Amino acid sequence: MSGLGLFRVVGRASAPAPVEGVEARARREEAIGRWGMGVAAAGIALVLILLGRRHGFGPTTYIQFALDGLRAGSIYALVALGFVLIYRVTGVINFAQGAFVMLGPMITATLYERPWLSPPPLRLAASAAAAVALTALLGVAVERLALYPARRASPLTRVIITVGVYLILQGAALLLWGPYAKVLPAFSTMALADRSFRIAGLLVKGQSLWIWGTTAATLAALALFFGRTTLGKAMRACAVNRLAAQLMGIPVDRMSTLAFGMAAALGAIGGIVLGPVTRATYDMGLDLGLKGFVAAVMGGLVRFPGAALGGLLLGVLENLWAGVTLAGFKDLFAFIVLILVLLARPTGFAGAAEEERA
Amino acid sequence: MVSPNGTGERADRPLLEVIRVRKAFSGLMALVDVSLQVWPGQIKGLIGPNGAGKTTLFNLIAGLLRPTAGDIRFQGRSIVGLPPYRIVALGIARTFQNVRLFPGMTVLEHVLVGAHRIGRSGLLGAIFQTPRMRAEEARLRERAWALLERVGLAEWADRPAESLPLGLQRVLEVARALASSPRLLLLDEPGAGLNPSEKARLAALIQEVRRAGVTVLLVEHDMGLVMGLADEIAVLDYGVLIAEGPPEAIRRDPRVIAAYLGADEVADAA
Amino acid sequence: MGRVWRCWDGIGLAVGVLLVVLVGGLEAAHPLGLSLPRLTGGLLTLDLLIRAGIFTVVLVGLNLLMGYAGQVSLGQAAFYGMGAFCSAILTVRARALGIPSALSEAWWWPWAVMAVGAVGVGLLAYGIGRPVLRLRGHYLAMATLGLGIAVYILLRENLGLSHLNLTGGFDGIQGIPRLRLGGLVLWPAWRYFLLVWTFAFGAILMGRNVVRSRVGRALRAIHGSEMAAESVGVEAPHYKALIFALSAGLAALGGSLYAHFQTTVIPATFGFGPSLELVVMSAVGGMASIWGAPFGALAVLLVQEILRTRLHLLIPNAQGEFEAIAFGLILVLIMLFLPEGLTVGGLRWLRRRRLLFPGRI
Repeated sequence: MSGLGLFRVVGRASAPAPVEGVEARARREEAIGRWGMGVAAAGIALVLILLGRRHGFGPTTYIQFALDGLRAGSIYALVALGFVLIYRVTGVINFAQGAFVMLGPMITATLYERPWLSPPPLRLAASAAAAVALTALLGVAVERLALYPARRASPLTRVIITVGVYLILQGAALLLWGPYAKVLPAFSTMALADRSFRIAGLLVKGQSLWIWGTTAATLAALALFFGRTTLGKAMRACAVNRLAAQLMGIPVDRMSTLAFGMAAALGAIGGIVLGPVTRATYDMGLDLGLKGFVAAVMGGLVRFPGAALGGLLLGVLENLWAGVTLAGFKDLFAFIVLILVLLARPTGFAGAAEEERA
Repeated sequence: MVSPNGTGERADRPLLEVIRVRKAFSGLMALVDVSLQVWPGQIKGLIGPNGAGKTTLFNLIAGLLRPTAGDIRFQGRSIVGLPPYRIVALGIARTFQNVRLFPGMTVLEHVLVGAHRIGRSGLLGAIFQTPRMRAEEARLRERAWALLERVGLAEWADRPAESLPLGLQRVLEVARALASSPRLLLLDEPGAGLNPSEKARLAALIQEVRRAGVTVLLVEHDMGLVMGLADEIAVLDYGVLIAEGPPEAIRRDPRVIAAYLGADEVADAA
Repeated sequence: MGRVWRCWDGIGLAVGVLLVVLVGGLEAAHPLGLSLPRLTGGLLTLDLLIRAGIFTVVLVGLNLLMGYAGQVSLGQAAFYGMGAFCSAILTVRARALGIPSALSEAWWWPWAVMAVGAVGVGLLAYGIGRPVLRLRGHYLAMATLGLGIAVYILLRENLGLSHLNLTGGFDGIQGIPRLRLGGLVLWPAWRYFLLVWTFAFGAILMGRNVVRSRVGRALRAIHGSEMAAESVGVEAPHYKALIFALSAGLAALGGSLYAHFQTTVIPATFGFGPSLELVVMSAVGGMASIWGAPFGALAVLLVQEILRTRLHLLIPNAQGEFEAIAFGLILVLIMLFLPEGLTVGGLRWLRRRRLLFPGRI
């Protein structure tokens, strides 16, 4: 601070700082995200109803579609939470997230196939727990080995690194398990055939209840973690402002590693409960990972509740869409939504003005 | 009205008019109904304590921010809401407080990018190396060399810009801005971080720029530099324009002294 | 860049053309019973070199977009596919589409389709690019990725118009004719090889011209700082969309060349995997250099070839997909240790070791 001469001013510097706080920007982004989501949802609902009338669908059919969609939606929500967690703490969009979703059921099924523990339900539970733990460890390893060394690289470089990690994990899965599907038994029957209930004309599968229950429990656990524990609060501080958190003595690097571990675990949990519904294959991660990302973007990419809501909404809407259009177009939906939601934001997240003022 | 540019020359309307401009950042007022004029041929200084809103006003004029209320006119035409590159096309060029050079590009290339709006040739011209494109390129290069000679950077032309010392990087920013043949040059704290000899060199350059017919709006922290250069000075404090006039008057203005002295007391107490 | 670099461009082109002519001559005449596979232990084949040439055309565009303008595209295979399917549909399905056979049977028809396809895809990309390229960093990456997958699904699902069966669904389109120049059929492979590398060198020359022009400077300025570029008068939205369009047009051109080479196109060739493959090639060769394009394409195709032909010796029932691991590893390692790619990074390394000319790069 040389050359200020006679007019050196210290006291004023911090007075009415005309710089938008991170908080305010996050709030505005969230608002825009919600607005984009609302417009998209209304437009889509209109299209769905118009297309559905051609098939002569009644309200029950729609509700059934929505209910089934909620199942995939719960998984999207868990994956989306992983995206948001990693993005907020490390600033990376983790492409490899889908691979964690795939590894959950693959590892579980591999462990479960071997008769190492006699009562099957116990064995399944133990296998699942081991799979989640292993995947979480893998997430930690990914962060340490591939992303930590590149922490100063550009976002593009880091995205490409996570793409590479995804390819490695998917390739490793193919190497280990081959191209064949792994099957997990339905949790309530411990057999391939699942129990289903009929409530008010609606068909609900037993596994759906497991999925919803697990998702709800996971969300509650996350809320407790972030709200009540010191570690959770430290992590949230990192998510809000990395630099400030570092100045407060929070070990930011360790938080990044932890975020990867947690995100991997979230993905694995989602994959495992989904396992009995869709057969797990080495390449299932791409689709689920991308849709989890779409869900995260729908929720604004920075808020945990937004991501969960985005996931559920995407699942429901996508299934409705698949119901009224061609089956092959099911996957198209998420990407149309992705592009629409992204474009609904005027300048993405960092406008030119913020860049200069900062 | 007589233009207060020290030459006694007459001008019938200001080059740049800031009319009751207000800027709020999520409720915080950064600028409150600021009005000022810059007359053709002037060097106008804009000073004020840190956080007074100088850079905000600057970014409003350059099109990086949009005012919450009020109007900004250049040659009688409103420029509010125009993107920065359209504002450059109208004849306003700027430099940055924290130097913004393009990594990996040479000094000459910086000046050539600065001359972007002078050129016309597009993608097809480049792909097929049309004679017209080659002629334009040769003309632009000649101009760029002449400009580099004038500001004294010719010997550095083929060096990567980031290898220059800070003083020369600022000179390069001025050269890059001048390359677009502006009518108004906005300089955002050009003296920050420079040593006295670099500052003197910069001051001479700004004088020369004005002699070449370019109007200058100078945001500056260094009072010495502004007092020596500016024909007229405006003072911002807490987003409010508290004084405007020739340097001698500003030096004596009780409100200006209070604004800075009050700050100094705070500084001493801290 | 310095004068040294400029003359290296010329030398590179001369050496490249010489190599291509030599290889083409060798394969055309087989003097003394010699052939390319025999000389290289079965590693290099004309087939591989033709594909490398086609990818070079695509990669020059991608490098301009990613390396020079700094805009990510993870959906480039979509434009590649659009070009390929445009050529396939308008040659094979010409009669069904009601194009008079006097036109569709003429030797110049596929060339005209190729040109119209490339320009059309370029224009379409400009339209898409204006809004989409407002996004930055991760968001742009994801949007282009979504775009790529959406196009792939549309191709796979017959564009939603199954009664027309334009794209042939999963099975794609077979029987695409060979290209002809007047009465001369551009086949056997060595003739097509010469054609493809003519296009490749044309693309390299073009990319070099663009980089060193007013447009190229604007792009590099945008890469450095979009805000600063706009503040010196560069219309960033226009130039970003323009280079997106150019890269899409080149990708479409590559796709057309691919269609007439393979004579069969299926949507799976243009999905998400291939988009990533293009990014890998670009990263391996070096995004911020036009010469990275041929080196990246060749290096990646060679690695794939080695994995394909040698991997099953290590793992008995190995399949083509095993490349994924090696692929991912290469990608991560290059990004971590040689983020500028083989050409720029390699040259810099050689220079540091004083193994190469002492001038600037």
